[in-house]
Amino acid sequence: MTIIICTESFDPWQEIQQYQQLTKTKYGATSIFIGTMRDFNDGDEVKAMTLEYYQGMTEKQLEAIIAEAKQQWAVLDALIVHRVGEILPNQAIVLVSVWTMHRGDAFDACRYMMEALKSHAPFWKKELLSTDKQRWVLHNTDGYK
Amino acid sequence: MSIKVRYFASLKESLGRAEDDFAHTGLLSIRELWQCVNAATPLPNNILVAVNMDYVDLNYLVKDGDEVAFFPPVTGG
Repeated sequence: MTIIICTESFDPWQEIQQYQQLTKTKYGATSIFIGTMRDFNDGDEVKAMTLEYYQGMTEKQLEAIIAEAKQQWAVLDALIVHRVGEILPNQAIVLVSVWTMHRGDAFDACRYMMEALKSHAPFWKKELLSTDKQRWVLHNTDGYK
Repeated sequence: MSIKVRYFASLKESLGRAEDDFAHTGLLSIRELWQCVNAATPLPNNILVAVNMDYVDLNYLVKDGDEVAFFPPVTGG
């Protein structure tokens, strides 16, 4: 189980490949969620974004989310990578990857972990619009609608 | 007792500071702590609070050495 908070751009597919080579878990299913920065939000063009986080609490909450997923589903391994700092459109913001024996646990645990991250992990987005105006994102959208 | 109070994101910006060190004697809830350190600013409705990096509610009683964090709804992912 690994949590990475990174200040530089990352390639989620490379992260998954490297992780699988290192861990060699005997899995039968992998479920992956990748969140990518969009160049629009609420009808406005967004040219960059800054992600602030609460160092220490973020890692603690993400560890708790993985622990809870392991309680509910037969999770063999999990990897969470999250960007902080300045992010540009099309760059990956978050990767959640879950390895299990069977697809049901992989899909459900990955979905749970992503939704729990959105509601509990202390990260905050501030957008820089094409007009050079800056604004905080006030809340996340509901992932189930 | 000595409490470290931290603020994040838009709340940090609107208050104009990232943290306070607060000294107090006797029991103190999170709600009362906010009133002590931000007397001129009402507690925002949607505020989230953590003590020592775990979420708590506004009635939680702080202890000596606690780190209390106030922040707006989280928007990661």
